[in-house]
Amino acid sequence: MRRWGLSRWLLLAGLLFLYAPMLSLMVYSFNESKLVTVWSGFSVKWYFELFRDQQLIDAAWVSLRVAFYTACATVVLGTMAAMALTRLRSFPGKTLFGAMITAPLVMPEVITGLSILLLFVAMNDWLGMGQSRGIGAIWAAHVTFTLAFVTVVISSRLSELDRSLEEAAMDLGANRVKVFFVITLPIIAPALVAGWLLGFTLSLDDLVIASFVSGPSSTTLPMKVFSSVRLGVSPKINALATLMILVVSAAALIGWWLLSREEKRRQRDMQRALQQGE
Amino acid sequence: MKRRRWLPSPRWALIVPPYAWMLLFFAVPFAIVLKISFAKTTLAMPPFTSLLDWSGQAPQIQIHLENYLRLFSDGLYAMAYLSSLKVAVVSTFLCLLIGYPMAYAIARMDPAARNVALMLVVLPSWTSFLIRIYAWIGILKNNGLLNNLLIGLGIIDEPLQILYSTTAVYIGIVYAYLPFMVLPLYANLVKLDLRLLEAASDLGAKPWKAFFQITLPLSRAGIIAGSMLVMIPVVGEFVIPEMLGSPDTLMIGRVLWQEFFNNRDWPAASAVAIVMLALLLIPIVIFHRAQAKALEAKLT
Repeated sequence: MRRWGLSRWLLLAGLLFLYAPMLSLMVYSFNESKLVTVWSGFSVKWYFELFRDQQLIDAAWVSLRVAFYTACATVVLGTMAAMALTRLRSFPGKTLFGAMITAPLVMPEVITGLSILLLFVAMNDWLGMGQSRGIGAIWAAHVTFTLAFVTVVISSRLSELDRSLEEAAMDLGANRVKVFFVITLPIIAPALVAGWLLGFTLSLDDLVIASFVSGPSSTTLPMKVFSSVRLGVSPKINALATLMILVVSAAALIGWWLLSREEKRRQRDMQRALQQGE
Repeated sequence: MKRRRWLPSPRWALIVPPYAWMLLFFAVPFAIVLKISFAKTTLAMPPFTSLLDWSGQAPQIQIHLENYLRLFSDGLYAMAYLSSLKVAVVSTFLCLLIGYPMAYAIARMDPAARNVALMLVVLPSWTSFLIRIYAWIGILKNNGLLNNLLIGLGIIDEPLQILYSTTAVYIGIVYAYLPFMVLPLYANLVKLDLRLLEAASDLGAKPWKAFFQITLPLSRAGIIAGSMLVMIPVVGEFVIPEMLGSPDTLMIGRVLWQEFFNNRDWPAASAVAIVMLALLLIPIVIFHRAQAKALEAKLT
């Protein structure tokens, strides 16, 4: 009786609330009618229409490239920041560093977008660089705001790590750099994968910051979607949304499965090691 | 400490790149926003005056306070700030109301089911934010799914005008930010020592009483973290009011966007950003403290 208490039913209702809109979006992408909410028959014509829209495909390509480079750079910088925050007792300006790392987690996007754009404008003024504000500019802005999320993911893993493994390696004569690459890195690898995926999706998703930062020459996919949604609902956007939901869900599920498998294996290894130690 | 002398300390190689990056792309831009908020709009590119005037013999500093004066004298801005705060507080409360039972239920499951449920909560937030808000347009429209359903069931005769209203903005915000409330709450509730509840029930407390006297007070840190994660970004939210709200759903993020893109008034947009940040400073500090504490607790 208590197993299916009130809170379970509320959880179920909450999940329904989270998933129903996405499901309706997907169902109506197969609608033949141009009126998105009146069902008139099954059709995949909107998908064909989608792939004929060259502007949309170009924008998707820009977004994917930016997201890839963002994820790579963020994981490297995020690992460094997480190591600094969890491993170093104190260094000059640690408080400021911690504040700068966590603040973007909650910073309203309009502020981040505006401030980074003004930085590029000022750089252009003083140094004469950054004028065209293309992919590189969007990349720099995305690395800045995703760094916070990725650092949190990696440092939470680092702080759970059993330090005795690293200490043992050091006792055996390995230097810190070697310990990091041989011991620490393999253990936190799942968090790095999770951080990479997080950076990738956050970058792929961003509308506001990219709108501020990008020059007229580069348009990302969310910017394109936003401008077409402003003109009203369109089944083509439903088709695009369905593809995005499917791809992201598949990637997230695979990532999750890999992570939980890795976690189980790690726990089993730990248990075995402990049993042997006794 | 055993380390070869000739090896440079890796500690600086660790700190300097992310530190320099955040200084350049986070701290310096704020200084620039602050500077431009004291400038005056001109018809040039970039469209604002310089604070240093070199036209005389000695450089003169020209600080214009007009942008800030306008924020306080023009009622529109004050209204926008107030209504943003109201929307943020109310939607944070709604997220808490819906998210708490969800987090509680997940924390009480057995570990295998827990992972699946957690995954189900997080998965939507990995897919595009824009797309998820867009989905609500199709549902809330006058001839959308919700109205069709309600008319079909005979509950209403006339379609409800929900889309392009403040109600739609609330629905969108709660929908988009719910996972950010559930996750920190779950992380907190899962650590609760269940023996405390057993003890309470042994001593004769009813489940509801035990909940309000033990579980709820002990989950305070989770409530604070979740509330800040929802409230602070919502104050500056632009996409949701723009897509689901009516043209007069005033929110400060939207005002900033319009000052910048429609009026091309960069100094005004900067002043709006600075005042918004000043309003958010206290919640941001609370959030940062909670984060630092959580990390500290894990490390010790």
